Amino acid sequence: MVSLSWYLFVGAVLFAISVIGIFLNRKNLIVLLMAIELMLLAVNTNFVAFSHFLGDLHGQVFVFFILTVAAAESAIGLAILVALFRNMNTINVDELDALKG
Amino acid sequence: MDPVVTLFAVFSASTLVSALRVITARNPVHAVLYLVLCFFSAACLWLLLQAEFLAIALVLVYVGAVMVLFLFVVMMLDIHIDRLRSGFWRHLPLATLVGVAIALQLWLVLANGHWQFLTPPATDIAKIGNTKALGELTFTEYLLPLQIAGTILLVAIVAAIALTLRRRTDSLHQRPSEQVRVRARDRLTLVHMPAATRASAAPEAQAKET
Repeated sequence: MVSLSWYLFVGAVLFAISVIGIFLNRKNLIVLLMAIELMLLAVNTNFVAFSHFLGDLHGQVFVFFILTVAAAESAIGLAILVALFRNMNTINVDELDALKG
Repeated sequence: MDPVVTLFAVFSASTLVSALRVITARNPVHAVLYLVLCFFSAACLWLLLQAEFLAIALVLVYVGAVMVLFLFVVMMLDIHIDRLRSGFWRHLPLATLVGVAIALQLWLVLANGHWQFLTPPATDIAKIGNTKALGELTFTEYLLPLQIAGTILLVAIVAAIALTLRRRTDSLHQRPSEQVRVRARDRLTLVHMPAATRASAAPEAQAKET
């Protein structure tokens, strides 16, 4: 029997890995989006673990809605990325300074 | 050893290692493929937690749709990886510090609570199945949030299409409505021309010469 704290440990390490990924790949917009997806996965893992160990299904319904919003977010994010690449011909975050005064 | 513990170890190790490879992979295509592996292992972890519906939804919706979208975009864009990776390892010390701090804080707060020795209560979920229990909850108590989630997805579709749609001015296209509406007299004009009078004389002249 795996205790709850092990699942929470996996979720915490997954979240930390994605934070490190955002720091490391601060220029690559695609990997930044992937790191955000990993963060949502870590949070969802925590939700599912608590839902199972408390015997409460509301946590899983919440995961369902998080999945919906995350799918919409990544679809719009990738659409913005494609539009950006079409106009600026780069996805380097450092070069996207057109709004800088 | 309990098989569940073994499975948990295998799946969590696979999740974490593939997550590490996602953020360190040189090639973005490899990063997306590792992300697929990471989500798949996480779905297996959710199966161990008896959340079958969500695990299958994660594989179908995320691995099947969103990751394919990522792969599509990564392969469509022509990216110079070397420029994007300049200064990659320079941020490593700060990143490791922040990451370890976050992981430690999360674990200290979450794992040392009063629920440390919590065991899952025996409920009637196991009898009717996770999918049915979740469906009963979703379609009664959470009906309005479900509709709002559907609206959010619709808005996302419209936004994604509106962002990426472009009207090309150099492409050739047909207008079927105008093609259907066309009539013969718009296309063909009969011009009345008087008959040539000297045309009958020409053969006689030729006959004289020969």
